[in-house]
Amino acid sequence: MDIRFEQVGFTYQPNSPFETRALFDIDLEVKEGSYTALVGHTGSGKSTLLQHLNALLKPTAGLVKIGERTITPETDNKNLKPIRKKVGIVFQFPEAQLFEETVAKDIAFGPKNFGATDEEAVKLAARYLELVGLDESYLERSPFELSGGQMRRVAIAGVLAMEPEVLVLDEPTAGLDPQGRKEMMEMFWRLHKEQQMTIVLVTHLMDDVANFADYVYVLEKGRVIKCGTPQTVFEDVGWVEEKQIGVPTATAFAEKLVQKGLTFDHLPLTAEELADQLVAMGGLSHDE
Amino acid sequence: MMNKLIFGRYIPGDSIIHKLDPRAKLVASFYFIGVIFIANTWQSYLFAGLFTLGCVLLSKISLGFFLRGVRPLIWLILFTVALQMFFTTGGVVYWSWWIFTLTQYGVMNGIFIFCRFILIIFMSTLLTLTTAPLELSDAIEYLLRPLKVLHFPVHEISLMLSIALRFVPTLMDETEKIMNAQRARGVDFGEGNLIQKMKAVIPLLIPLFVSSFNRAEDLATAMEARGYNGGEGRTKYRKLDWHLRDTLTIVVFAVFTVGLVLLRK
Repeated sequence: MDIRFEQVGFTYQPNSPFETRALFDIDLEVKEGSYTALVGHTGSGKSTLLQHLNALLKPTAGLVKIGERTITPETDNKNLKPIRKKVGIVFQFPEAQLFEETVAKDIAFGPKNFGATDEEAVKLAARYLELVGLDESYLERSPFELSGGQMRRVAIAGVLAMEPEVLVLDEPTAGLDPQGRKEMMEMFWRLHKEQQMTIVLVTHLMDDVANFADYVYVLEKGRVIKCGTPQTVFEDVGWVEEKQIGVPTATAFAEKLVQKGLTFDHLPLTAEELADQLVAMGGLSHDE
Repeated sequence: MMNKLIFGRYIPGDSIIHKLDPRAKLVASFYFIGVIFIANTWQSYLFAGLFTLGCVLLSKISLGFFLRGVRPLIWLILFTVALQMFFTTGGVVYWSWWIFTLTQYGVMNGIFIFCRFILIIFMSTLLTLTTAPLELSDAIEYLLRPLKVLHFPVHEISLMLSIALRFVPTLMDETEKIMNAQRARGVDFGEGNLIQKMKAVIPLLIPLFVSSFNRAEDLATAMEARGYNGGEGRTKYRKLDWHLRDTLTIVVFAVFTVGLVLLRK
């Protein structure tokens, strides 16, 4: 299922003294099966934009096409559930959305809202709890007695259990330890690779963008200021640094090597690429 | 949903009303609410209306804002007015059916109550629109100070008030976030019959309570870590200044009262 934004604008609290414009003329496309990253500073409109992906917000100008459905400013709020079933959003700090007595019930909550029977929902809960890395002994525990990281996993399992076609992640690893961060990102990567799940990732971590994304949108003050593959976006290291969105660690290191006189045939974004290219150079053969 | 809530909101500005001491504003608006009951003729209501309009214009906030503040309460007002109109007896009877009668006094009373409601809402909206919440809580603390003699916990109350006010927007944001998260999980807020609607609130309320508990715990720890141990012997960072214009405000309200009394019958 593709998602397309055409000239989307969004204004908070229009026609009031609190009116603020958050998005301007956004053209954006999330292709089926892609891994799209949205980057930009705090307040650049990323979170506003991602709420358009499943019609939690409707554009105040332009239109959003989500699969077959077209959302315009005039669309009414009825009958949006099918969209929300297809586009699952994991919000920032999703552990805040847990409320049921047991982990199993909480994960089953989403599927049940979309019409799954109790039996199916419980099965889904068990399956997705395992997928996020918790064993079934957690099923009957209260979500509130878990650690922060475990609560995060349960919350994510709750969204995955809806079996969405598109998974939107708003800084899913913020506040997690390095190990948890790695496990989490690898789990999303597996979903993307094995089940061809479309993923939209909002992040400040350029290493994640370099490692996983196949397309990047850079936002600034509610506008898309650059888009393309990670390769093209990070190519102009000077520009990226000027915009202060950060460069992947491997790229930053490669830049330093370039200053020392090394040349790469293309800009390495990940540690593997960097290592491969260094090996291909036949060891460090430049004159000391 | 939250956007429509005008009542209790603050709009920053630099009008004369904004600059007034919050104590003066608080006392004046409470005083106004008490004094409006003196009015009992159409002349006195006209006078009070013009006076209120004058205050509103001085605040440089658009009139539409105040009207929007009235809108959520309009049904309550109309209901009260209707009760007054149809159940007051006396004077010329215009119309009567079953237990309902429309009389001269009834109509008059209804109109007066309508005016009273509108004026009180305008004045209190003016107070909240032009006074920052923290200023208000400072003013309340100051005005409650005499109650200390009666062992009333003035400091605690005002601390709670300022913390509560500080966290209203934070909680609103949180509410909105959790609502969105649950809507993304397939919850329909405000749809279906009454029972379905009430059930839909649970996934919102429980996380809100839980996060409030967590927040309270964190805040208490952070306060203790920064050396807070009760109200005794504290100094104040924000000091309220009483200016000539504040005294003048009180004088203006006194003159207003005299005017109302003179226009009474």
